[in-house]
Amino acid sequence: MSQNETTAAPERRSLRAKPFAKADRIFYRVSTIAANSSIVLVSLILIFLGIRAWPAFESQGIGFVFGSTWNTSVEPIVMQIGPMLWGSILLSILGVMLAVPMAISIAYFIVFMAGKKLGSSVSVLVDLLAALPSIVLGLWGLLVFSPVAADWAKMLHDALGFIPIFANSGDNFLRSPFIASWVVAVMIVPIIASITREIFSQLDRELISASLALGAGRWSTFRRVILPTAAGGIVGGVLLGLGRALGETVAIYFVLNLIFDINIFNILEPKGGSVASMIMSKFGEASTAEVSGLMAAGVVLFLVTLFVNMLASYIVAKAQPWRK
Amino acid sequence: MANLSAENVNVWFGQRHVLKDVNLVFPKNEVTALIGPSGCGKSTFIRTLNRMHELIPGAGLAGKVVLDGRDIYDAGVDPVEVRLRVGMVFQKPNPFPTMSIKENVLSGLKLSNRKTSDADGLVETALRRASIWNEVKDRLGDPAISLSGGQQQRLCIARSLAMEPEILLMDEPCSALDPGSTRRIEETILELSEDMTIVIVTHNMQQAQRVSSRTAFFLAEDGNPGQVVEFGSTEQVFNQPIDLRTNDYVNGHFG
Repeated sequence: MSQNETTAAPERRSLRAKPFAKADRIFYRVSTIAANSSIVLVSLILIFLGIRAWPAFESQGIGFVFGSTWNTSVEPIVMQIGPMLWGSILLSILGVMLAVPMAISIAYFIVFMAGKKLGSSVSVLVDLLAALPSIVLGLWGLLVFSPVAADWAKMLHDALGFIPIFANSGDNFLRSPFIASWVVAVMIVPIIASITREIFSQLDRELISASLALGAGRWSTFRRVILPTAAGGIVGGVLLGLGRALGETVAIYFVLNLIFDINIFNILEPKGGSVASMIMSKFGEASTAEVSGLMAAGVVLFLVTLFVNMLASYIVAKAQPWRK
Repeated sequence: MANLSAENVNVWFGQRHVLKDVNLVFPKNEVTALIGPSGCGKSTFIRTLNRMHELIPGAGLAGKVVLDGRDIYDAGVDPVEVRLRVGMVFQKPNPFPTMSIKENVLSGLKLSNRKTSDADGLVETALRRASIWNEVKDRLGDPAISLSGGQQQRLCIARSLAMEPEILLMDEPCSALDPGSTRRIEETILELSEDMTIVIVTHNMQQAQRVSSRTAFFLAEDGNPGQVVEFGSTEQVFNQPIDLRTNDYVNGHFG
């Protein structure tokens, strides 16, 4: 009788450890509940919004997203959010374009240039900027910043008005996407800066030493070593900022004309859009049917943000193939 | 050509005096080993030879490091020019993680905005001199960090060699490596020393004896700044040390 015939493989046993101590059990329970409740919450919000929004999607069809008319005084009512949706996207793109160079420079200064004391006080100030309520920023944007930025806009128009982007048909430079995107940039700079700062400070200093020892200057070290190594993390920060930019409501409402006429790229015209601000501006006096339309706008915004976040994690994963 | 010497080098980090009156001469095409217990200032010293302390806030220096008759700390000297002539290999292998093997070898050129007409030839020469060519020639496009630790360190040596420095500084290049990799790097050092001046910091007495022709023994006693206790031919420092402390150290009585 050979061994092979008699002995089957021993039964496979689970290696999972059960929490024995009471503290462990409670901790496990709480963690599990917290994790699951976030899934439940997001689904519930989506379901609730979906149900309330459905009548609008049904009556407006695909035109809801791409059309550019919002008229609730005709029968049947027309609700189309094209200009608002594009406006949100345009503001976010411009805001990110303005914010990213500034945020990366701030992070570089804090981590690589400033001494300990100066660096940490600048960090605190930047984080304070992130804590600024957006209503305060909106008021600042309206009362302080808009007149100044309108002057910048006029200068841009005078110098580069022949380029369509900087065209302006009237002489009104206030309440334009240009101004709103600056306000958005101010809001997202601290988010991107503090994530980038974190990434920079975790960077292996030996890589920087290696680069300098090879005869690199500070700029080429930044461009060819620091930036590529930190890219994935920075993209993550940028996308967090983008999420906030897309959802920003009050601050934009103060500094932008919401016009239901699609403005693709004339950023100096007093004509723009933002889904979130539009929902806020119309919600107060909306009829039942209109509320459904506003809910639907919320669903669309939610889906766009979700898409951006998914794109984000994809890019972050792709951008760091060496980090498994 | 390419004569390097340190004259009365002192280093401070903030208020702390870490290195005092170091006078050393590094003869051309010879390997000089810097030995001594931890914290004696030998790594600090080697970094003064290519101005790497620039990154450390509060670091200060007195004295001169003279390269071909010119003090490299002179106000008119660009540290980049110094580092192009004095290459460095670090304790921990540190290839650039975002770059392939080939890109790592060529990284110095890119970083210092230099061009080469024959990139492939340069890559092969540098990798051959660092004796890693045969292991990587079929996968030059692979990420540098897919290599083993020893291979990464030899890649870092190749990366420095591609810049054709006249002097190579090595700060404990084998301390993170296994014995096999260490032996291969030592062989590389001996080959390189035929036409290159090498300064190597090491904790390993046998290594110093195997690779170097001259040895400097650093020591920092009881909170005093590090100093050179003895400097001479490796043979003499290990076998007939003049100073009693050197004798104790090389025979393993402390450190």
